[in-house]
Amino acid sequence: MTTGIGARIERKEDRRLLTGQAKFVGDIKLPRQWEAAFVRSPVAHGRICAIRKPDGLSGWVFTAADLSDVRPIRAESSLPSYNASDQYPLAKDKVRFVGECVAICIAPTRAEAEDLAEAVEIEIDPLPPVIDALKAREPGAPLLHEEWGNNLFLTTFFDGDIETLRKTAPVVIEREYSTARQAMNPMEGKGTLAYWDEKAGQLVVYTSTQVPHLIRTGISELLGIDQGQVRVIAPDVGGGFGYKCVLQPEELSVSWVARKTGRPIRWTEDRREHLVAGANTRQHHYKLTAFADERGRLLGLDAEITVDVGAYSVWPFTACLEAAQAGGNLPGPYDFGTYRCRTFSVATNKPAFTPYRGVARPGVCFAMELTIDAIARAVGREPSEVRKENLVAAGKMPFTNVTKKFYDSGDYPASVVQAEEHIGLAGFRARQGKAREEGRYLGIGFSTFTEQSAHGTKVFAAWGLPLVPGYEQAMVKITPSGSVEVRSGNHSFGQGLETTLAQVASEWLTVDVSRISVTMGDTGVTPYSTGAYASRGMVMAGGAVSKAAEVLAGRVKAHAAHLLQCKPEDIRLSDGKAWFGEAHVGFEDIARAWYLRPDQLPDDVETAGLEVTEGYKPDIDTGVFTYATHAAIVEVDPDTGETAIEDYYIFEDCGRRVNPLILEGQAYGGATQGIGTALFEEALYDANGQPLTSTLADYILPGPAELPHFRLGHTETLSPYTRHGIKGVGEGAAIAPAGAIVNAINDALSPFAVEINAIPATPEKVLGEILRARAAREAAE
Amino acid sequence: MKPSPFEISRPGTLDAAREALRDEAHGTKVISGGQSLGPMLNLRLARPSRLVDVTGLPGLAEIRKTETHVEIGAAVTHARIEDGEVPDPIPGMLRHVAAGIAYRAVRNRGTIGGSLCHADPAADWVTAMIALDAVLVVRGGGGAREIPMSGFMLGAYRTAMKDDEILTTVRIPRYSDQARWGYYKICRKVGEFADAIAAFVADPERRTCRVVFGSTSGAPFVSTELARQIATTGAAVPLDAVKSVLRDSGLNLSEVKIHQLAIAHSRAVTEALSDA
Repeated sequence: MTTGIGARIERKEDRRLLTGQAKFVGDIKLPRQWEAAFVRSPVAHGRICAIRKPDGLSGWVFTAADLSDVRPIRAESSLPSYNASDQYPLAKDKVRFVGECVAICIAPTRAEAEDLAEAVEIEIDPLPPVIDALKAREPGAPLLHEEWGNNLFLTTFFDGDIETLRKTAPVVIEREYSTARQAMNPMEGKGTLAYWDEKAGQLVVYTSTQVPHLIRTGISELLGIDQGQVRVIAPDVGGGFGYKCVLQPEELSVSWVARKTGRPIRWTEDRREHLVAGANTRQHHYKLTAFADERGRLLGLDAEITVDVGAYSVWPFTACLEAAQAGGNLPGPYDFGTYRCRTFSVATNKPAFTPYRGVARPGVCFAMELTIDAIARAVGREPSEVRKENLVAAGKMPFTNVTKKFYDSGDYPASVVQAEEHIGLAGFRARQGKAREEGRYLGIGFSTFTEQSAHGTKVFAAWGLPLVPGYEQAMVKITPSGSVEVRSGNHSFGQGLETTLAQVASEWLTVDVSRISVTMGDTGVTPYSTGAYASRGMVMAGGAVSKAAEVLAGRVKAHAAHLLQCKPEDIRLSDGKAWFGEAHVGFEDIARAWYLRPDQLPDDVETAGLEVTEGYKPDIDTGVFTYATHAAIVEVDPDTGETAIEDYYIFEDCGRRVNPLILEGQAYGGATQGIGTALFEEALYDANGQPLTSTLADYILPGPAELPHFRLGHTETLSPYTRHGIKGVGEGAAIAPAGAIVNAINDALSPFAVEINAIPATPEKVLGEILRARAAREAAE
Repeated sequence: MKPSPFEISRPGTLDAAREALRDEAHGTKVISGGQSLGPMLNLRLARPSRLVDVTGLPGLAEIRKTETHVEIGAAVTHARIEDGEVPDPIPGMLRHVAAGIAYRAVRNRGTIGGSLCHADPAADWVTAMIALDAVLVVRGGGGAREIPMSGFMLGAYRTAMKDDEILTTVRIPRYSDQARWGYYKICRKVGEFADAIAAFVADPERRTCRVVFGSTSGAPFVSTELARQIATTGAAVPLDAVKSVLRDSGLNLSEVKIHQLAIAHSRAVTEALSDA
C-alpha cells in the first residue's frame, strides 16, 4: 500500500499522544527548575499606585520595574488610522483587563509560587472600565490608551453606492447580530520553560506555541538578545487554534527571569488563568442592511461591524486582523454587486483579541447566513433555494468578488445541493408539519462559506503587518540507512502534520511513512517558517516538503543510475526502491554508497548529496479558497429553550485530500468548536469588567453527549495554484455551525414569531425570546 | 490553581475525628469525596488549615435496611448508589438521581454525605432527600442527634450542622408499593449542575405527597400548596398555576427561571403519575 498523498492512514503521532508518552512543556523537568506564578490584575481598568513585595522574598518576585530593560509588545501596522498599543509583559503604570500580569513570582513548586503571589500587595486606583464595544465608540467614553484620544485601534471602509439601492431595492432586510466573547480552551493551555544554556551561549525556551520561529524573533527583539542566542523549542503542543500563534507576555517574563536568575523557570497556564486572561476572541457586533429583489437575489449589502478586541494589539497579527478580515470576508461565497462596510476595532478592558480557528469568518458567516434566511423568509421561498441562486456560480470561476477576493476554483451551489440531498430537505417540510401537530418543533438550516487559506506575502504585506510570510522552507534528507528525515519550521499542535508531511515526502520518494521521521518546532534544527496559522500548514509546509522531496528524488535517481548503469531518466521510484526495468536498488543501497562507500560512485557524482532544503510558496499570494456547506436539523423544546441537534451534514471541498482520515478528524473537531460557538460558549462580564465565567462550571463547553453524529461528504476541486492542488482546511469546519444551527432554530421557532440573532443560542436566551413574544402577543390581544 | 497550605488527617474513630474538628474549629473542614471541596480548595475559595478525611470512619461506608428505613452511610459514593448497592426505599429513584450527578468520575469519588453537607443549591441530593423526607444523623460533642432533611439546608452552602458535628447516616423512610415519584432536571449539558430541578414523591399509603424545587439559588423550595392540590385531585396542576406559586414563593426568580422550574415540575409529576 502506498502511503503517499491521498492515503487514508492512521497518524504516526497518535501512539504517543494517546498513551501518555507525549512530551508537553508540563512534562519537562530540568535540574534546579523552579515554577512561576503570576500576580494578575484584580480590576479591569486602573492606575497602579504601588506594588509591595513580601518582606525578605523580594528576590523571588519581579515587576515591571525589574523588567525595565524589556521592550513592550508593540505590533505596528501601516494601515491608515491604526493605533498601536504598548503591552508590557508586566503591567506598567496602568492595568487594562482583569487577569493582566502585574508580577511574576518564582518558587520551588507552583503551590509555593501561588502562595507568594498572594502575598504581593498591589494598590490600584480604579478607573471606569470600558466593557461594551459599542459604547466605547461613543465620544466621552473612558479611554484605555489616553494618547489616542479615542478607543479605536482601526477603522476600515468599503464604499459602494448603497443610497441608490436603498431607494430602489424591492426587499430591504435590517438586522443586528452579535456573537459572544470566547476562550479557545485548547486541552493544554499556554506554557513556557526557559533556561540559560551556558555551553551553547543560548537562552533556550520551551514553549507551547504554533509559531516557534516567530517567538524566537519576538523574544530576541524585546529582550535585546541576538537571535543566535535564542533557541525556541515547541515540544508537543496540546492544541492551539490560534491561541498560541502570537507572542505571549508570559513568554517574555519567564525568559527574562530565567536569564536573570540563571535557573530554569517554568510556568504553565491553569484553566482559570485561561478563562480569565484568555477570553480573547470571537466577539463581534453587526448592523446589516441587505437589499434584494423579489426572488431574494441579493443586490447589495450595507454593514457596520464592531469587533471587541480588548486592551492590546497582539504581535505580530495586531488587533485589526479580525475586523479587517470581517469586512473583507462578509460577502463570502455570494455574488452581488454593491457593498458598503465600515469596521471598528474597538479597545475594551478585556484580554487582547487573538485570532481563533476561522478568524472573523465564524462571525461573518453567522451574520451572512442568517441574513440569507431572513431574505428568504421575506420573499417566501425556501432558504436553500435563495442561497443557491446567490452563490457564485461554478461557471464564473475563477471569480473576483465585490471585495476583490480571488476565488480560485470550486462549485459552491453544488455543495448546497449535496447538503440538501444528504440532510433530506425534500421530505423535511412534511415531517416538520406533522411534528408540529404533535407539539414538536423541528427546523432545518444551511450555512455556506468560503475559507481563504494559506494567503501569503502580498496579502499580509497589504495588511501592513510587522511580519510577512514568504517562502516556506523544508529540508528532506535520506539517512545512511535509507530512511528519510523531514524537517520543517512549521508546527503540529494536533492537526497531524507529522503524518501528512511524511505522506508528501512519501509521494515523491515512495518510502513508507513508517520510515519517514518528521521534526518540527525546534528553531535550532529546523529551517525558518513563520509557523502554523491561517490554514497554511499543509499548503505551505506540504508544498515545501513536496518541492524538496522532488529535488531529492532527482538526486536519488542520479545516484541510482550510477549503481544500475543507466540514465537517470530511465529510473523509476517505487516501493522505496529505484528501478531500471526489473533491476533495482534500495534506498539503503543508494544511501550506503553515498555515505559509506563513495568509492562505488563515479568522480562526477552530484556533490550536493542526499539532503535538500527548498523554499516554496503557491503561484498566487491571495490564498486558495476551501468552501463547504453545513446543514443541520434541530429540535427545539419551546418549554425549556433547549436545542437538540438531530442530524448534521457537512459537504466540503478542500482540494486534494492528503489524508482523508485526518481531514475527517479536522472536520469533527472544527464543527464541535462551532457548536460551542452556536449553543454554549460565552465569556461574560459584569459592569465592572469582572469575568463571570472563570471556571468550566460557568463557561460551558459542549461535551460528547451534546454532539450529533456528524456526517461528511467531500469533493476535490484541485487548486490550480498549489502543489498537488491542496487547499487549507484546518479552520473550515469551525466557521459554519452557528449559521446552520441558528437558521435551523429560527426555522423551528417560526410558529412562535421568534428570531434568534445572538449566539450562543442558550436555552435561557431562546426561552426568554419565546416568553417575551408570548407576553407581547397576549398584551396585544 | 493550587490550594493554600493545609494538613490532612484521616482518623479511624469518630472520637478522633471530633477531636480533630474541635482542635481548631474555624480553620478545619471535613472532606469526604472531595469533588466539590477539591475544586474550591484549588481555587482558594476554601482555605482551611486542616482537613479531616471522614471516609475511613467506621460505618460511614455502610448501607443498611431496617423495618422502616434505608440507612446510607455518609461516605457512600454516588456510584455505589447508581450501581444499585442501596436497597430501594422507593423503586428506582435513588439510582435515577445518582446516575444524573455530574460524570462517572465524579460519582466514583463523590459521596452522598459530602454533597448534602456542601449544600450547593443546584446539587441533587439536597432536593431529592427533602422529597423523600429523609433524616440525617449527625454526631458531635453532645452525642448523636437527628436533623430532618426539611430543616437541614438553611441556604446556599449553609446547613443546620454545628462546626464540630459529623454527618454519619442518611435515613430514608421506606415507601409502600403504591408510592410514585418523579424527578426532572434541566441542565445545559449532561453532567452540569442543573438550571432547574423538580422532585415529586407521593405515597397514598403513608398519606404523604411532596413537591420540591431545586436549583432556586437557595435552599430547595417545598410547596405544600401544590402537593395538596395534586394529592387532592390526583392530577398535575396547570402550568400557569405552578408559575403563580413560584412567583409568590418569595424567592427572587427570573421569569425564565420560573418557567424552567414549572416545566421541570410538570414533567416530574407527569412522569410520576403516568406509570400509575
